[in-house]
Amino acid sequence: MAQKKESASETESKSSAPRLTPEPAAKTKAAAKPAERVTAVEMGARQREISVSEFFTKNRHLLGFDNPRKALLTCVKEAVDNALDACEEAGILPDVTVKLEVVPNGEPVAPSQASRFRITVTDNGPGIVRQQIPRIFAKLLYGSKFHRLRMSRGQQGIGISAAGMYGQLTTGKPVKIISRIGPKAAAHFFEVQIDTKKNEPLVHENKQIDWEQPRGTQVTLEVEGKYQKGRASVDEWLEQTSIANPHVKLIYLTPERETKEYPRTYHELPPQPREIKPHPYGIEFGMLLKMLQDTKSHTLSGFLAGDFCRISLQLAEEICKTAKVSLSAKPRELKGPVAETLYKTLQETKIMAPPTNCISPIGEKAILSGLYKQIKGEFYTAVSRPPAVYRGNPFIIEAGLAYGNRPQDQHKPQQPAMPKAEGEHEEEDSELARVIRYANRVPLLYQQSACSTFKAVLSTTWKNYGLTQSRGALPGGPLVIFVHMASVWVPFTSESKEAIADYDEIQKEITLALRECGRRLGLFVRRRERAASEFRRRNIFELYIEEVVEACNRLKGGTLPKEKLKGQLQKIASARTGGQKTDDALGKTGGGPEGLPHSIIVTAEGVEGETELATQVEADQATAAPTAEPDLPGKTASTDEPAPKEKAAKENRAKKLPKTATKSGQIALFAGESGAKKKPGGRSTKPVKSVAPRKPK
Amino acid sequence: MTTKTKKTTLVEKKLIGLADIVIQAADRSKDPTFQIPIRALSNVSFNERKGLIEMGSKKQERSFFNVGMAKKFMQTVLVADALSELQRADLTTSLREIYYRTKHTIQDSHENTFDTQDESDPVIEDLEVSLAALREELHVRAENSGSIVGPVVFGDDGDRVDCAKLGKGGYSVPSIVEPEYLEIRRCTADFVLLVEKGTQWNRLSEDKFWRRYNCVLLTGNGQPPRGVRRLARRLHEEYKLPVYVLVDNDPWGYYIYSVIKQGSINLAFESQRMAIPKAKFMGLSSADPEQYELPRNVGIKLNDKDIARAKELMNYEWFKKPAWQAEIKRMLTSGLKYELDALANKDFQYLTKKYLPKKLQERDWLD
Repeated sequence: MAQKKESASETESKSSAPRLTPEPAAKTKAAAKPAERVTAVEMGARQREISVSEFFTKNRHLLGFDNPRKALLTCVKEAVDNALDACEEAGILPDVTVKLEVVPNGEPVAPSQASRFRITVTDNGPGIVRQQIPRIFAKLLYGSKFHRLRMSRGQQGIGISAAGMYGQLTTGKPVKIISRIGPKAAAHFFEVQIDTKKNEPLVHENKQIDWEQPRGTQVTLEVEGKYQKGRASVDEWLEQTSIANPHVKLIYLTPERETKEYPRTYHELPPQPREIKPHPYGIEFGMLLKMLQDTKSHTLSGFLAGDFCRISLQLAEEICKTAKVSLSAKPRELKGPVAETLYKTLQETKIMAPPTNCISPIGEKAILSGLYKQIKGEFYTAVSRPPAVYRGNPFIIEAGLAYGNRPQDQHKPQQPAMPKAEGEHEEEDSELARVIRYANRVPLLYQQSACSTFKAVLSTTWKNYGLTQSRGALPGGPLVIFVHMASVWVPFTSESKEAIADYDEIQKEITLALRECGRRLGLFVRRRERAASEFRRRNIFELYIEEVVEACNRLKGGTLPKEKLKGQLQKIASARTGGQKTDDALGKTGGGPEGLPHSIIVTAEGVEGETELATQVEADQATAAPTAEPDLPGKTASTDEPAPKEKAAKENRAKKLPKTATKSGQIALFAGESGAKKKPGGRSTKPVKSVAPRKPK
Repeated sequence: MTTKTKKTTLVEKKLIGLADIVIQAADRSKDPTFQIPIRALSNVSFNERKGLIEMGSKKQERSFFNVGMAKKFMQTVLVADALSELQRADLTTSLREIYYRTKHTIQDSHENTFDTQDESDPVIEDLEVSLAALREELHVRAENSGSIVGPVVFGDDGDRVDCAKLGKGGYSVPSIVEPEYLEIRRCTADFVLLVEKGTQWNRLSEDKFWRRYNCVLLTGNGQPPRGVRRLARRLHEEYKLPVYVLVDNDPWGYYIYSVIKQGSINLAFESQRMAIPKAKFMGLSSADPEQYELPRNVGIKLNDKDIARAKELMNYEWFKKPAWQAEIKRMLTSGLKYELDALANKDFQYLTKKYLPKKLQERDWLD
């Protein structure tokens, strides 16, 4: 009995403390039993502490270093996550540069063949004070994020130091850090390694240097890895990061010495998430015991009201009464059965859900902006669900869709018109949708099928929304599905943070968000189909008229006035397909994306929906692209005020409040040519009005 | 094209009429529309007095300016054009050749006028019924898939064909057997035996059954093609020969018999000249296994499709005779079907030496 309890509390404490405390002796004894006899004393001599670092050296797959390719990604990811968390916490719009270089091991090799890489991640964040640098980068389970309930990318304080340890393990090279906390302070250069036995940092080098950046941190890791593009690659991860973090300016220098630039297209920092106290429903018994020990309160009621959220003094009294404990009992003295009763009472008492201002969702606009920037589609939409709670942890689910091909790309593949033989068909689009998953703005690339988000995507009936879907498969079509979970504590299925665990509450929220997106997509698809079918009707008749006229002419022995008949038939055709109606359905006349809030529709004529956002994205991309023409003011003129970028951003920020206040946020605007790069002439002329002018024929 | 000496045939006039429909409609800004009689059970009726399936007057419209029909309409005009070309050149052709003749890729697109022959065949049948022209008149022939042997002499393109002197292979029945193509010069037979299966026809031919019983042996290798049906009808009509039908004992065999006797649903308009209302069902009857002591183990279990089809047959007007209802019910009750070939279980020549002689002697057939 006692043994059982001990092991239970050990798993209990998993979420609060490293669970790598020495193995209970009882276990070892049981295992050694059948063999020759060994005394407890002898065995006791062999039992000793295992350091966290040692443990992870042997079990590096737990942290995402299973194979060289994944390890490279994990290292980049940890460094970037840290940089972004730091910038955001300090209220700085992040500029991050990621540089991947091949470290030649003898002969210079192609990046795809190389086995050793140098990763350099530079940010413009607040910097790190000199004293903390060694421990942050060379001590596992050290950091600011673990002991508080606050939404951030990192959660445990393992990441970057584990990456450093992996580098040390595979290449023997230390982690190099440059950090500067402000223009007036000096930049410090460190070379640190981790003492895997003691889990303590070893400082190899520590000096002041000159650094061109006024503020920020640079981390350089040298690791064994494999660079391979495609699915679950560093490239994909950075691209997806840029989708969910449009407020970040990301520059990526690839091992092939290309520069990929992901411009900032959303000029607001996400609101600062607040730290919250734990909610009673979210803690386990062991955690409660620990909190009882650590509290600064001297009375139980003070402890309950002070250390938990959503417990008032009044409620605390009630709880104490139900649990039959004195209000003024000393928390430190509560133990055993009494504490257990208290725990049970806490779980059974009705307590308000935790506050949700501790979570900062990406926001519908930012998601739209990110998707629009990175994915070439026809239709975009985004949904942020209201906050919900699982096991006392508040969370928010956000979903987005990008669908279709840009109108200018649609016509390309249809060109080769080879006569088809019997049995040959139009090549069908068998492409399946792509799911991009995020937890606290970090893309998740591995273990897709184990992830709650993926399961929710599969269980959604996409057929209802005008897509194809085979049983138990992803929907078909040119579709990207975006799912984000923001929470103070994202329940991952493993320490390497690859998949979100399957809680019913989470699954339900994801499904609801996906359905809402799906409904909007369905509206769009149906509207477009209607238009297409009208268009097809007209096409069909025009196509067949020629055939019918020719055949009739032959039947009549070649004596027919062909042009006359053709003209007559064409006239009937256009009368029957109704010019006006077709134009309506084709979206050539006004209307906007009816009933489609937070959506962007790209048509050959321009952009509908959140046009402002779209123009902003394009303007930002244009400035980022070195080939862009310099006549940008012409474009921003469409917002009635030739504002430079900074100003537009500020304006955006100012506008935000009233806009969200109207809630529906339904904006129906038409912009000029979206394919601005193709037709530089036509972009600045069209005015932006809530009702678009009919296009003259 | 214009140098032909032949007058424009009636069929050609009818085909040209289709072009006129288009031209007139266009003149009046109307949607060009063809009226096509419906070829389905809903539009046929059984004329009990004549013993024929007759086509009703229900028609469907096929309009050009209707998305669902536009392509069919265009195809109809194309096929009409090809058929009129045949008329002018005085050629006959096959369904497949018409498909190839009319197939091309529409200009400025990658859409074909026809994708498979399955699209062009029904269009030809549509034209047959709507123009009330026979397939032969349209100069379209089917494959020669029938054989005949027996005391009958034909004149075919001036050649004398004596079907009594063609060994066991017999004469291959052409698909068009109208008097202007095939002349029956002499026939001394007493009756016609139409066998469903080529294999059993071979057995009878090899055994010279026709010589012993003075009959004409015909087969259509399954559902008899028009040529075979029409030839049987001509022998029946012109030489007053009774026609007996020998098919497998299954729903499909029954239906083959009914097509020979009353005409088919699909081509009900041709019943007039194809059906033989006096034809008799000789076998295999569902009563035969017991009568002729066929063991149960040579039967084949009816599958779901067979059962469904049998029930469908029982609902047809022309199977409403009590004897027929009993016949089909007996099959359903036994749950088995029998092939003609199963008779070989008793003896290789059982069909020739025992079964048919007994049937003929006892006049054991169904009407």
